[in-house]
Amino acid sequence: MANFTKLSFKKGEMNKKLAQFFNDMMEKGVVDALLSPMTQPKRGVMQTLITDSSHLKAIDPFAPVVPLNGAKIASSITTTPSGRKLAMVLRSCEIRALIELGKLRQANFEDVLLIGIDCLGRYENLDFLTLQARGETSESFLEKGLAGDTKIDDFDICGACKICEFPVADNVDLRLCIIGGGTDSLYIESLTSKGDHALEIAGFGIGETPSSRDADVKQLVSARKLARDEGFAKYRESTHGFDGLEGMLAGCINCYNCRVACPVCYCKECVFVTDTFRHNADQYMGWADNFGTLKMPADTMFYHLTRMSHISLFCVGCGQCTSACPNSIDLMPAFRTVAQKTQDRFDYQAGRSHDEEQPLTVFENDELVEVTGQVK
Amino acid sequence: MSEFEPKIVGFFCNWCTFTAADLAGTSRLSYPSNIKIIRMMCSGMVDPKYVLKAFLNGADGVLIGGCWPGDCHYINGNLKARRRVAMLTEILKEYGIDEQRFWLRWIAASEGTMLRDVANEMTDKLKQLGPSPFNLSSNRKDLTAMGGL
Repeated sequence: MANFTKLSFKKGEMNKKLAQFFNDMMEKGVVDALLSPMTQPKRGVMQTLITDSSHLKAIDPFAPVVPLNGAKIASSITTTPSGRKLAMVLRSCEIRALIELGKLRQANFEDVLLIGIDCLGRYENLDFLTLQARGETSESFLEKGLAGDTKIDDFDICGACKICEFPVADNVDLRLCIIGGGTDSLYIESLTSKGDHALEIAGFGIGETPSSRDADVKQLVSARKLARDEGFAKYRESTHGFDGLEGMLAGCINCYNCRVACPVCYCKECVFVTDTFRHNADQYMGWADNFGTLKMPADTMFYHLTRMSHISLFCVGCGQCTSACPNSIDLMPAFRTVAQKTQDRFDYQAGRSHDEEQPLTVFENDELVEVTGQVK
Repeated sequence: MSEFEPKIVGFFCNWCTFTAADLAGTSRLSYPSNIKIIRMMCSGMVDPKYVLKAFLNGADGVLIGGCWPGDCHYINGNLKARRRVAMLTEILKEYGIDEQRFWLRWIAASEGTMLRDVANEMTDKLKQLGPSPFNLSSNRKDLTAMGGL
C-alpha cells in the first residue's frame, strides 16, 4: 500500500520546504545526521554530511549534478559503525551501487534511513557550474525536465542519464517524488516500516496519493528503455569487435580516473598500480621486439578488459567513468553493453535487491552445463 | 603459404588435466603441439586476467582443463572456474572472441585419450576459424605476419 505525504511549496521555496522536513526529522530525533547534496559556500553542489540542523537551509537534494557517485561517500561513512542514526539522500544509480558495495561488506545499512529521489538526470560537473552561474535552479530544471525537456541552452544531461531506465529509486525507506506531483508540490513516499516510523515521529501523516504518478513513471521508463536499446545498438555497430574497442580507447593514457570514479570498483588496491604491473625495462623491450612496436603506456586494453571482468556484473550505468575521462573517451556504453550481457547471463541485475547473491560468490553443482557441453 | 597454425594456451589443473596430458605422453598418444601448457594448481586458480593476457599477447585460443564436478581436489574450485568462464565469455564475445576460441573442459587424470581428442578438436576448430581477431586488429597485423610470439 503506497503511503504518501504531500509537501506543497511556493515557487522558489522547494529547498526551504525540504529543509523544514529534514529539520523536523533531526529535531525530533529520527536521525542525528543527514547526508544530502548541499550548495557549497564557494560554488557548486556536493554531498554534505550535516549534523547541525541550522545548516539545513543550504540543502539542494534535486540539484542535477553528481560530482561523485554517492555510493562511495555512503560507503566511507557507514562501513564502520558511527553509532549515529544517519539519513542519506541518494539517487537510483547511487543506491544501486551502494547495494552492491553492501554485499561486499563495504557499506552497512544498519543505522541508515535511506532516502531516494526521483532523478531526471545530471549535467556534467562543469556544465552544471555554468548553468548555476546563469541563475538556473533545481526547480527550473525540474519544471522543464518534467515537461520532457532537459536541454538548457547548449547543455543537456549526460549520455548515461538519457538512457537510464531507473529514474525512480528502489530499495529505499523513503522516496522524494517529483514525478507526477506537479510543479508546486512533491510527495514523500514511505516504502518500509522504518520509513513509516520516521514519518510518524517527525509528525507527518498519510496524505493524498499523486494521481498520475504511476502512469508518468511508466511513460518515462519506457521512453528511457527505448533510448537505451537504440543507444546500445548504435554503440555495438560503431564499436564492432576488438578493432573497434582499440579505436575507442586509442586516447587512453592509463590515468585510471575511470576506476577512481567508478562506484563499484571494489578492490582496496588496484592490481594495475601494484608491482605486478611495474615491469622491468627488459620486459618492455621484449614486448616491443615481439610486436615491432609497443604503445606506451602499455597494458591499456588489458586494464579496461580486466575492469570489465571485475565490475561488469555490478555496473549500474551511472556514467561516472565517461565523466571522469580527461580525453573524452565515452566508456559508459562500452561498460553498459558488456554489463547487460554478463548480468543477463546470470539473471542478475546490479542493485536490484539486497538478497540476490553476487554471481561469482556462489555456484551450484548442476548449472551452466553449456559452458563445457560435457555430461558425465 | 603454409597452413595457419593456431596458438593455444592451455591452463591445466595439476590434479586432472595436467596429469591426463602426462598420461597421454606416457601412453604415446600424440596431440598437436599448438597447445602450450601452463600447469595450475586448480582450474579455479585461473584468474580472468590470465586469459585476457593470453589473448592480448597473441593466443588464438585458450583452453582451461579442470576436474569433473564433484572431483575437485579443492572441493569446488572447478565450479568457481565455470562461473568465471561464463562471465568472461560474455565479455570476450562482445569484442569478437566467441566460445569457439575459449574452452573449459573437464578432463580427469585417467582421460589421456580425451585430452588428445580435445586438443585435436580445438586445433582443428581454430584452423577453420583462423587467427584471433585480437591478432588481426590494425595494431597487430605485423605480429601475425611475423609468426607471432
